[in-house]
Amino acid sequence: MTDTTDPVYVTEALIAEDIEAYLEQHQHKTMLRFITCGSVDDGKSTLIGRLLYDSKMIFEDQLAALETDSKKVGTQGQEIDFALLVDGLAAEREQGITIDVAYRFFNTEKRKFIVADCPGHEQYTRNMVTGASTADLAVILIDARKGVLVQTRRHSYLCHLIGIRNIVLAVNKMDLVDYDQGVFDAIVKDYAEFARSIGIESFTALPISGFKGDNITTRSAQTPWYQGPTLIEHLERVEVITSRDADKPFRLPVQWVNRPNLDFRGFSGLIASGTVKPGETVRVLPSGKTSTVTRVVTLDGDLDEGVAGQSVTLCFADEIDCSRGDVIAVADNPPQAADQFETTLVWLNDDPLIPGRAYWLKLGTQTVSATVQQPKYAVNVNTMEHVAVKTLELNAIGVAQIIADKPIVFEPYADNRTLGGFVLIDKITNATVAAGMIQFSLRRAQNVHWQPTDVTRADHAKLKNQAPKVLWFTGLSGAGKSTIANEVEKRLNVMNRHTFLLDGDNVRHGLNKDLGFTEADRIENIRRVGELAKLMADAGLIVLTAFISPFRAEREMVRAMLPEGEFVEVFVDTPLEVAEARDVKGLYKKARDGQLKNFTGIDSPYEPPLNPEIRVNTAEMTAEQAAEHIIRALMPWK
Amino acid sequence: MSKPTDRATLTHIQRLEAEAIHIMREVVAEAERPVMLYSVGKDSAVMLHLARKAFFPSPPPFPLLHVDTTWKFQAMYEMRQRMATESGMELLIHQNPEAAEKGINPFDHGPLHTDMWKTEGLKQALDKWGFDAAFGGARRDEEKSRAKERIFSFRTASHGWDPKNQRPELWNLYNARKNKGESIRVFPISNWTELDIWQYIHLNDVPIVPLYFAEERPTYEWEGQLFMADDIPRLEKVLGYRPEITMRSVRFRTLGCFPLTGAVESTAKTLPEVIQETLLTTTSERQGRVIDKDAGGAGMEVKKQQGYF
Repeated sequence: MTDTTDPVYVTEALIAEDIEAYLEQHQHKTMLRFITCGSVDDGKSTLIGRLLYDSKMIFEDQLAALETDSKKVGTQGQEIDFALLVDGLAAEREQGITIDVAYRFFNTEKRKFIVADCPGHEQYTRNMVTGASTADLAVILIDARKGVLVQTRRHSYLCHLIGIRNIVLAVNKMDLVDYDQGVFDAIVKDYAEFARSIGIESFTALPISGFKGDNITTRSAQTPWYQGPTLIEHLERVEVITSRDADKPFRLPVQWVNRPNLDFRGFSGLIASGTVKPGETVRVLPSGKTSTVTRVVTLDGDLDEGVAGQSVTLCFADEIDCSRGDVIAVADNPPQAADQFETTLVWLNDDPLIPGRAYWLKLGTQTVSATVQQPKYAVNVNTMEHVAVKTLELNAIGVAQIIADKPIVFEPYADNRTLGGFVLIDKITNATVAAGMIQFSLRRAQNVHWQPTDVTRADHAKLKNQAPKVLWFTGLSGAGKSTIANEVEKRLNVMNRHTFLLDGDNVRHGLNKDLGFTEADRIENIRRVGELAKLMADAGLIVLTAFISPFRAEREMVRAMLPEGEFVEVFVDTPLEVAEARDVKGLYKKARDGQLKNFTGIDSPYEPPLNPEIRVNTAEMTAEQAAEHIIRALMPWK
Repeated sequence: MSKPTDRATLTHIQRLEAEAIHIMREVVAEAERPVMLYSVGKDSAVMLHLARKAFFPSPPPFPLLHVDTTWKFQAMYEMRQRMATESGMELLIHQNPEAAEKGINPFDHGPLHTDMWKTEGLKQALDKWGFDAAFGGARRDEEKSRAKERIFSFRTASHGWDPKNQRPELWNLYNARKNKGESIRVFPISNWTELDIWQYIHLNDVPIVPLYFAEERPTYEWEGQLFMADDIPRLEKVLGYRPEITMRSVRFRTLGCFPLTGAVESTAKTLPEVIQETLLTTTSERQGRVIDKDAGGAGMEVKKQQGYF
């Protein structure tokens, strides 16, 4: 065991003798956020429990409870099981594992620390990414008896990917290998080789025992061959990465416009990088308008200078447009805006990535609609090989291009975490499905411009004397979409309307004959039909489309392509039993027999419209009646 | 103008403050109807101060909500009124009518008192005014299950918490999109410790209830703990007898219902003295509260799944 008179935590005397001096000291402490990660049973919880215990963050009543618990459910015999201090949720205590990232706090004389305790199980990688995204440093734990494992590689790679540059390799459980230098050196050599291969330039290796307390706060007598710092000494000295942000160009993503009365208009946000002073010229992006900062406002009085990491409110000399989502930047070195990017994605959701589907992309204070292309590759985190994939499953890491529906102000993640890191949000479930990092924007976005033409869509429509529409028929196979759409088109034709009917089966004979029936192919099918319908509407036509189009997200995608009011969702609402009983094409029988995969209503879902413009029930009306109903609903014509 | 900031190193308190303000602004920008839960305690005092900083010179653009149990200390009711006036914010007060009708009290009803007045009362209040986001002053250092809770914590329509299905929270990006019926509890001071709270109050002269400072107060003993006799006639009525009352120099480490909040004997009359005593103490903060012990080690986790804040 180590001795207990260690200098790092001896603050009690100061607290007792001169509390004012202690508070003065505490007030000026800096903060280091770090994560601990490693495999199951590497002793993470024990190490953190030890740090809390040694830094006197454990109170007597907690200690008493701990001693009782240790005897009851502990895994260390009669000795104190520090892991019980931090394994919080009841489910975890029963299973003896850690299932969610937990945050812990302790102080030394120099710093306040926030520790994210990250679980080692592969299925909880998403929690590790969460913990790593706010960390300045990572402690990678290795069990001295086991050496570098698959999880060690995975976690190291993830930490490096998220941009953590301070890596500590803590070779734990040294007490169980008799503090053998040979074991330690071999592990360090092994890890160094791996680290180099993934681009980790340097790391600090320490031989420790969380259970016995070796080299945590005091140099261990058991490891005379080790000359380096203790874990705490290292954590106290290491540079906090975020303190470098102040030296970068000024950027402030606008969160909120502060307008209490007509005399005050301020722009509130957290300074992502750089500094700002009254009198400096700034540029608002993406508009590019410039103005001069007049005040840096806080409740405690105006500041002479705002620095990275502070939440402030800026006032300008001019009344220029600026709202949430805009970025205020130094005028002569602003970030770029683009709508297409090469990104690295970490998939965090049970539902895999669906290429082509629109997700919400949130970056800083900007939220846009964006689609992910089929990934270029995924990374096998055990071998670091690039693997060709069609999608990204839970915990997968891959590189893919992203197309946003409008330009966003960004910087590469390596330059600026705030303007380069983003999350993807499922539009239907609202779940956070992926974490992403922008590598660079694609030149395509800058080089392909829209060519304006003189004859506009309004001119086309005027000549045809009609208002363009897209009547989007959706419903199960056999619901009667094509039949009813055909009836509606006949009636419109008689009424001298210029129409065109796009039928699902027909389109698959030509334009979309390269597509199958997987979820991704179905989405691409709808995207192409949507684009085609839009071109036809641009030409002034009334377009009728008859597609199952089972997913809400894609129907909404097409709606968003068109001007307000032009997309008319027609829900051909037929119960599955009715459609299946009709089975005009014999497809339901095939699907039931298992000869047809991914059939809507059988082994692939249909998401009915929540609020369609028109709904017809074919169990209650004939195709002719349904068509009449639709025509009446569309009246009056312009 | 105030003194320029030391640009190289923001202190931990400065970083924590900036983070909390950022979180509050995100909620106001993205939620439809936010509210700040206000319990009149020291954490609430800090939350209110942060809110005033976040939106200055505007008043915070949301109301304060106090879920009252009718059993708070008199000094807390006085502070509540004072702070609502000073901040210029609307103060909403909710008392569970069912609990009032049944005369639920901490002596006769034990855990039911907290359940009815606070857990049920809170749900009723959020539903009554239709709030979709509620700021709370919970900290991750307070209790084991809190340590694992996200800053944006989602609740089902029935206010339940599903700890195994929390959204990943990366960088300082918060996904505030809700499904129908869901609401969000937001904890801007998640990463603060008790010491940080005290230090912040000290540095910013944040007004707090005088009960945190030692003073000669009427006290009585009940079930092995020391309590303050804040309202003697009412105590007598509920207990059925007049407890033996002794004047002692006491203060409170945490504030709740006066019959449930244990007093500690103390002579700490100034903030530094209080902080000194807090740091040198040997029992954890919530020990003065009876609530966590109700259901063994998993007390708070169970309460949260049921909708306790």
